[in-house]
Amino acid sequence: MSFWKRFARNRGAVFGLVLLLAVIIIALIAPMIYPRGPWPMVQRPFLAPYAVDGLPLGTDTLGRNVAAGLVYGAQVSLLVGLISTVMALLIGVPLGAVAGFYGGWLDEGAMRFTEFFQTIPNFALAIVLVAILEPSLTSITLSIAIVSWPPVARLVRAEVMSVSKREYVDAARLAGLSNLRILVGQVLPNTVSPIIVMASLMVATAILLESSLSFLGLGDPNIMSWGYQIGAARTVIRSAWWLSFFPGLAIVLTVLALNLIGEGLNDALNPHLSRKGRT
Amino acid sequence: MTNPVLSIEHLSIKLPDGADRQFAVDDCSYTLDKGEILCVVGESGSGKSMTANALMGLLPEGVSVGAGRAVFEGKNILRQTEAESQDLRGAKIAMIFQEPMTALNPLMRIGDQISEVFEAHKRHTPSERRKRALDLVREVDLPDPEKIIRAYPFQLSGGQRQRAMIAMALALEPQILIADEPTTALDVTTQAQILKLILDLRKKRDMAVIFITHDFGVVAEIADKVLVMRYGKIVERGTTDAVLKTPQHDYTKHLLAAIPSGLVPQNAEVQNSPALEIKALNKVFRTGGGFMKPHREVRAIDNISLSIAKGEVLGLVGESGSGKSTLGRAVVRLVTPDSGQILVGGSDMAALSETELRRARYKVQMVFQDPYASLNPRHKILRALTDGPIAKAVPKEQARARAHELMEIVGLGADAVDRFPHEFSGGQRQRIGIARALAMDPDLIIADEAVSALDVSIQAQVLDLLRDLRSKLNLSILFITHDLRVAAQLCDRIAVMQKGKLVEIGPVSDVFLNPQDDYTKRLLAAVPGGGWGLAEAALT
Repeated sequence: MSFWKRFARNRGAVFGLVLLLAVIIIALIAPMIYPRGPWPMVQRPFLAPYAVDGLPLGTDTLGRNVAAGLVYGAQVSLLVGLISTVMALLIGVPLGAVAGFYGGWLDEGAMRFTEFFQTIPNFALAIVLVAILEPSLTSITLSIAIVSWPPVARLVRAEVMSVSKREYVDAARLAGLSNLRILVGQVLPNTVSPIIVMASLMVATAILLESSLSFLGLGDPNIMSWGYQIGAARTVIRSAWWLSFFPGLAIVLTVLALNLIGEGLNDALNPHLSRKGRT
Repeated sequence: MTNPVLSIEHLSIKLPDGADRQFAVDDCSYTLDKGEILCVVGESGSGKSMTANALMGLLPEGVSVGAGRAVFEGKNILRQTEAESQDLRGAKIAMIFQEPMTALNPLMRIGDQISEVFEAHKRHTPSERRKRALDLVREVDLPDPEKIIRAYPFQLSGGQRQRAMIAMALALEPQILIADEPTTALDVTTQAQILKLILDLRKKRDMAVIFITHDFGVVAEIADKVLVMRYGKIVERGTTDAVLKTPQHDYTKHLLAAIPSGLVPQNAEVQNSPALEIKALNKVFRTGGGFMKPHREVRAIDNISLSIAKGEVLGLVGESGSGKSTLGRAVVRLVTPDSGQILVGGSDMAALSETELRRARYKVQMVFQDPYASLNPRHKILRALTDGPIAKAVPKEQARARAHELMEIVGLGADAVDRFPHEFSGGQRQRIGIARALAMDPDLIIADEAVSALDVSIQAQVLDLLRDLRSKLNLSILFITHDLRVAAQLCDRIAVMQKGKLVEIGPVSDVFLNPQDDYTKRLLAAVPGGGWGLAEAALT
């Protein structure tokens, strides 16, 4: 059965995919919907949703359009999520692959290094890194990548170790291929499925991390993001609920979409592991 | 006919939609008499296990009984509630499985597992249960029963575990014992013991046995009646003698013909120039150990010297753990030996450095056991066949042309190179494995249990191919196997290994018909249906 068929059999995953595509499209066409950007004052502050025509989600404490902020925030969230995940993979995959494939002291060293990062709570480390590097989109993305690569390294190491024991790897050795070619050509392609699944979930975690950092005021001050919106609205949460509710909903839906997709990918890429009753 | 214990009438078992056929078992009827051993024989996918699973109510998800009845004690046991099936299982019909390690709970002592059977059926008091468990352990001839009932499964050998499984199955004195390939995972000598145990117990308890197997040797050894199944249908039935000696159906004839008969072939003249020479090779594996604990040492290869001439097939036989695979892997340097020499075409493989080795690798190639694990699932066949030669600096075009040619040689057709491994069956994959080995133009091929995972008829085809290639290409092969009958089919000389030592080596006919070492004799005697095969050999 084709990959798409297996993926499509998981209805949640299809729903997640539709949701994510919607978010991506909104992010892409943001400048067309709100050409003036999220920052200018458009009306009185604290306008409730639909109180004034053209402001479906109302205005915030400074009279800015909440809907515009939401749409531009989608850009930031997706960008940070995607780039930080790619960076985390770029650190984690080679490290884990080398550790798992060569073993011995290389493995020992790489894993102790990984554990060093794992002993520090993710979020605390991210806060420290952003604080040191000064909040900017780059530093936020970088610090999220730095705190989220260790699980990737461990996963890749375990997968590489198990795949390296297969007979086709022995066969490749006998064919006289160099270690690097065996690792890149024979072993790694057979570990991609779990890595893809993990990456989809990591994007979700990265979005959450970015929001949390912005909420704490550690976001890039020049960029409108969902976390920033919630953070700015927390003092007025009782009088103006919509200021924190809609960005919160956006985060929940996006993260949910990514998680559903991750699960769907898991079912589709590891068919024999998918849970019973799906057949 | 006497009143049968079990009669199965027109049983059909439906497979889920989209399977390769509609019925796993299609309109099967048979009866089982008291005290009778019925062997159900067939190749993988013939539906032989499905019948048994249906009787026990253990059909896998998506598979269901379509039609038919199985009458046991006047009741149709296929249409009963889960509670009724539970009462039946263990008490009236018991089952033993192929893999005794996974069939036993690794966290429970053997005695407790046997007692649990009584507990599940609410029989006896706890102390009584214990006593009975001990009796059962004694009955299945486990050594040192007092100690065994306190042991955990991992402390037992494969054969002992299977005995423990049998003890559990016998606990409630079932009328029918279903044995699903119970000896397939065991060594020949252990297999012979388990078969004897089943025969003894049958006699003692007058129990009916349904014995599912793919091995006609086992059939010859224990069966009273035989059923041959293919694609879910019974193609032949009859007494053991009738089926084995005068098979009617073509498929049965085909299966019987495919069995390595034990006929000892005339071995070819052995040339003098050696393709491989092993001199005083040693390899010791050290495991465990640590603070205040001695290391455990296993001498996998213990001072072995042997040679293989050009164009010769040397069979290396032995039971699991005898070190035969380690020897094979040492020759290709997947395992680095501790000491000794491995001379291939004059150069010592054991002494080469990493880079030198990579260049010399092509000289010895290997055909692996598991056809499903030996090909990279993400690469097309072409890549599997050309990666090696290209690394050896053969021009790309030439390597491709050679790959096409090799696929023709192994009988798969040149077009097959553009397909992925999952599109091939086990036997076809094994052919690809052979082609891959040949692609490197090796001096020597090591076939590590290369046909063990295949059905008999496929096994015969692959053996034919090897024999054919060997005469065409003058190949030297080190053929590692646990199956003496297979070894007899292909090899010129046989080397027997036991616990890392080479106990006997000689021409096939000498080793088979006139074994010198005690261990070889025991091994030969244990081959199921061996007498049957060798008797024929004596006649010819």
